[in-house]
Amino acid sequence: MATEQALTPSEYITHHLTFNSKPIGDGSFWMLNYDSLIMSVILGVLVMGLIWWVARGATSGVPSKGQAFVELVFGFVDEQVKNIFHGDRHSFIAPTALTVFLWVLAMNAMDFLPVDVMHHFVYAPLGLEHWRSVPTSDINTTFALALAVWLLMIFFSIKVKGLGGWIHELFCAPFGSAKFFKPKSAMGFVGLILSPLLFVANFAFNIIEYVSKPLSHSLRLFGNMYAGEVIFLLIGLWAATGLTGTIFGAILGAGWSIFHILIVALQAFIFMMLTVVYLAMAHESH
Amino acid sequence: MNINFTLIAQAIAFAVLIWFTVKFVWPPLLKAIETRQKEIADGLAAAADGRNALDVAAKKSEVTLNEAKQKASEIIGQAEKRGSQIVEEAKTTAKVEGDRILAGAKAEIDQEVNRAKESLRSQVSALAIAGAEKILRKEIDGKVHSEMLSKLAAEL
Repeated sequence: MATEQALTPSEYITHHLTFNSKPIGDGSFWMLNYDSLIMSVILGVLVMGLIWWVARGATSGVPSKGQAFVELVFGFVDEQVKNIFHGDRHSFIAPTALTVFLWVLAMNAMDFLPVDVMHHFVYAPLGLEHWRSVPTSDINTTFALALAVWLLMIFFSIKVKGLGGWIHELFCAPFGSAKFFKPKSAMGFVGLILSPLLFVANFAFNIIEYVSKPLSHSLRLFGNMYAGEVIFLLIGLWAATGLTGTIFGAILGAGWSIFHILIVALQAFIFMMLTVVYLAMAHESH
Repeated sequence: MNINFTLIAQAIAFAVLIWFTVKFVWPPLLKAIETRQKEIADGLAAAADGRNALDVAAKKSEVTLNEAKQKASEIIGQAEKRGSQIVEEAKTTAKVEGDRILAGAKAEIDQEVNRAKESLRSQVSALAIAGAEKILRKEIDGKVHSEMLSKLAAEL
């Protein structure tokens, strides 16, 4: 905390919440947050590499402790997917769920790294003025994941139902459509009036659903992780005020870390479950 | 928190990770676990089979034991019957043999008695003749009367 004493509280927080972003082109979009990208790729390679290393030597006989642990995670994810998705889950959806769960869990868990210690002893000596350890507290990361899932959702929708079926569903679900191809009957006349209204309602409903899904998916994770980080920073601020503050800051920091274990795991689990639910819904016809 | 190119970079990283998991991580784990599940199921089935076989064998041994017991008691019964039969036969044989010996003895005794009677008779007749001879020597001719006397002796 000694290095931060020259900063005001808002400067301290801003400093810790600034990304190491470099422009790679003109305009505000063409920026790259190196810290998010590098941390997430390192974690992804580490976690999935570890699992791959275990999976490569997996035996059907008596498993090693590492394999037993991996199988525990595997069984947990597989069980969740089995309950939601009733199809060939092993070809894509279950492995995707495993990837999402472990990767997001690892990225979330970076929240446990003490911000000031990491900055003082690791990032600053490496010459990194700004470096954020938690990729999931970057909206770009969570939105990238949600958007990828969203694209997969549309891909599977079209793959399962065909392009025509998907467009049909956009206009004719969830409220259904009136049959207006029988102009002679009285019901046919009602349908003639009603159907365009239903098309509009259905389409509006579907658009809202398609927009809200990735937003809620990504913002839930981002909000939780960002808020967790901010609270760590606030505790860090208090800890910088003197001996009393340091003692209480340490106690509070430990308490929040312990509670945060729950949030980290729970948010990773929720993110995985939503991914599975969205992909399973894309497989269902209405 | 502005959206920037990181979004696309992260999405690409995500896609690569998913591809890697689908291709290299999931299949071997699934295979190992499914194979183990099958092995465990087979093992349990084999154990159940073994238990059933044990039950069957126990039942069979009980039946065999009962049969053996029954046979043994049958054999004992037969032996007892045969034994008493043999004793009975021996008794009968002994009785017959005894009777026979008894009859033989009786016949011998009769014979002995007859022989004694015979010799007695001849001796008595000789004695009578001798007596009569002494008495009648003077008055009766021995030669004439001996014929009459031997007739008399034969009638005794």
